[in-house]
Amino acid sequence: MTGTMDNYAIQLDNFEGPLDLLLHLIKKNEMDVYDIPMAEITRQYLGILDAMKSLNLDMAGEFLLMAATLLHIKSKMLLPKIVEDELEEEEDDPRAELVRRLLEYQKYKEVSLTLESKPQLGRDLFARVSAEPEVLENAEAGFVSVGLFDLVEALKEVMKESPEPLVHEVNMEKLSVTDRINAILSQLQGQESIAFTDLFSGGLKRTEVIVTFLALLELVKLRMVRFMQNVRHGSIWVFPAVVIEESEELDLGDDSLGYS
Amino acid sequence: MDIHELTPLVEALIFAADGPIKVERMAEALDLEQAEISAAIEALEADYEEHPRGFFMQEVSGGYQLRTRPEYADYLRKLGQSRPFKFSRPALESLSIIAYRQPVTRSEVEYLRGVDSGSVVKTLLEKRLIRILGKKDVPGKPMIYGTTTEFLQLFGLSDLAALPTLREFSELVPEEENGDFMASMPLLVEEVGEE
Repeated sequence: MTGTMDNYAIQLDNFEGPLDLLLHLIKKNEMDVYDIPMAEITRQYLGILDAMKSLNLDMAGEFLLMAATLLHIKSKMLLPKIVEDELEEEEDDPRAELVRRLLEYQKYKEVSLTLESKPQLGRDLFARVSAEPEVLENAEAGFVSVGLFDLVEALKEVMKESPEPLVHEVNMEKLSVTDRINAILSQLQGQESIAFTDLFSGGLKRTEVIVTFLALLELVKLRMVRFMQNVRHGSIWVFPAVVIEESEELDLGDDSLGYS
Repeated sequence: MDIHELTPLVEALIFAADGPIKVERMAEALDLEQAEISAAIEALEADYEEHPRGFFMQEVSGGYQLRTRPEYADYLRKLGQSRPFKFSRPALESLSIIAYRQPVTRSEVEYLRGVDSGSVVKTLLEKRLIRILGKKDVPGKPMIYGTTTEFLQLFGLSDLAALPTLREFSELVPEEENGDFMASMPLLVEEVGEE
């Protein structure tokens, strides 16, 4: 028994929504889409909804909304027609809107299948996958660019070292980002690289940690340093950017900041 | 430069490029007229036709790229560095609506499909097949969406005009044409109908 129920569940999955289900019912019964027998279609539609309910399927609200729409149209058609000569019969038809939506939906449903059947890159066609030239040309083989999340993680680690003071004190800002930028640059002078955590050593206060971090972000933005790591999620190293690119074509997709 | 010298050079550029490479880009790099590059591309295409390779040249997203021939797909998939992105029907339907009707809001997609499309739109955004174009100047300022160059690249389209023609219907198409996924369905409908 459960087997059959599973079957139903899978089959109902085939319907993308109420329009799809309605489309199927109309076609199956070979109904004229411009003259849908509302009583019959509503009966069948509600029958399927009942079946879904009795199978304890989680029914999406959209199916119920369509049921209400069908009933609304059906009841409207039962009302005696007020004859207004100026009005075209078709416009007066309470089914017109539904018919338009069905045809429109069919249009996109069909074209989506056509699109799906086109040869897709990575499924039917393959292109050369290029190496990351930036890493290679700087002879820092073995290093990969640091993503945003790794950077945030690293900040979290150094922040742990300087816990938030419990008392709130208003202090004059002693350290500016610019000062810190200069300090970092002079620290980097003549060095090949500095460990990210080394820049935060020496029991920095929380504000100093933040200013240092901001300074590093500024430096990356200015393309004066680069963050690299040996492996993904490995420790982060700060490299001075030796060659400042001729700024004719700045790479805006700065992947060392994780925006790429 | 004569065409026999230029053709392999253009081939080299297309081969080495990171993705589809535009004619303008190549013309700039070689300091040549675009027409000369186009002629070289034509010569390459003719050459590939005459002496088939494992790859062919595809005009995609405004540029040219060498791609393996579709008949080798099965073998290349076995090489499988990455699993191909399999579209769900809701994703495909929503993507089609966005592609043809862009710029379009989520609620317009939902009205056309008759179902909530929030999570599908999110997935398409994550897959970078669609992007936010801006906000519509109506109450609530909903986001408007359009397709990306990744979308063009995935489906091998030179531009949006190359999308399959949207067929206008004045009546319903018999179900057989809509693929066989429906084939399993009538079972349930019949049972309900017999009640």
